Amino acid sequence: MQFSVLVETRLRDGVADPEGATIERSLPALGFEGVSGVRVGKAFRFTIEADDQASARAEVEDMCKRFLTNPVIEDATITVAPAGGEG
Amino acid sequence: MAAVVGVVVFPGSNCEHDVAEAVTALGGEARLLWHRDTSLGGVDAVVLPGGFAHGDYLRPGAIARFSPIMAAVREHAAAGGPVVGICNGFQVLCEAGLLPGALQKNAGLKFVCRPVRLRVTAGDTALTRGVAVGTELTIPINHFEGNYTCGPETLAELRAEDRIVLRYVDNPNGSVDDIAGVCSEGRNVVGLMPHPERASHPLLGSTDGVPLLRSLLVTAGAVAA
Repeated sequence: MQFSVLVETRLRDGVADPEGATIERSLPALGFEGVSGVRVGKAFRFTIEADDQASARAEVEDMCKRFLTNPVIEDATITVAPAGGEG
Repeated sequence: MAAVVGVVVFPGSNCEHDVAEAVTALGGEARLLWHRDTSLGGVDAVVLPGGFAHGDYLRPGAIARFSPIMAAVREHAAAGGPVVGICNGFQVLCEAGLLPGALQKNAGLKFVCRPVRLRVTAGDTALTRGVAVGTELTIPINHFEGNYTCGPETLAELRAEDRIVLRYVDNPNGSVDDIAGVCSEGRNVVGLMPHPERASHPLLGSTDGVPLLRSLLVTAGAVAA
């Protein structure tokens, strides 16, 4: 079965995010007031072949731990759903 | 016999010839090693040079650590052989798990390229053998992601085991505890953000990198003997 996957990675809470902080400081200059807690991350979208959703998720979790994130500084949120479109 | 230093070339490395030149000038023999090689060819020490291995895609060092040669580098390190990662090479060693911690974007989001004052804070490593603790050196840095970070347990361990090899006198990038370089438990693997090879000849403005590179050659020579 094909599953579509979205992995979002970001710096862990407590790890300084200078990029996010700079964006947050810049927003008021464009008139966007009241924005706080800006964190910058990356998103990965792909499809994966697996027997079922649980094993797809397990595979992606392993992928995150060993490659897509650096666990010293980053966290990941994983969303897995059956790949749609063809039936 | 001259100590042989292998300098690994990843696609995107850009300091390999500088390192090879400095090693040769100090009486060592330098050999460039392609990242797809699976053997180190019997070199006594390995340097992972600066640059942008694999374009720094994903994260600096994240893809380089899967380059075929890294298995041989890992074996060499496990056997006690000297391995030094400079700048991007330091990032590769952290991603490969050969050194603890990680290097994140500089505080202030500035790419910093200038000579900085460093203090040698740990002796008896592959890079500081014969260099007195407390020695101050001026060596260039050249990085965007050199802000060393690690968990509190790791930091406590690094301090307790005297593994913080170099500290910045004036922290230029936000690194925790002013860390510019650390070593492995066995003290044979060292990573540092500053570029000693860029301070290895009077024409370059400083020769303060020489004691560090000489220490590497001495360590490599001990392996060779």
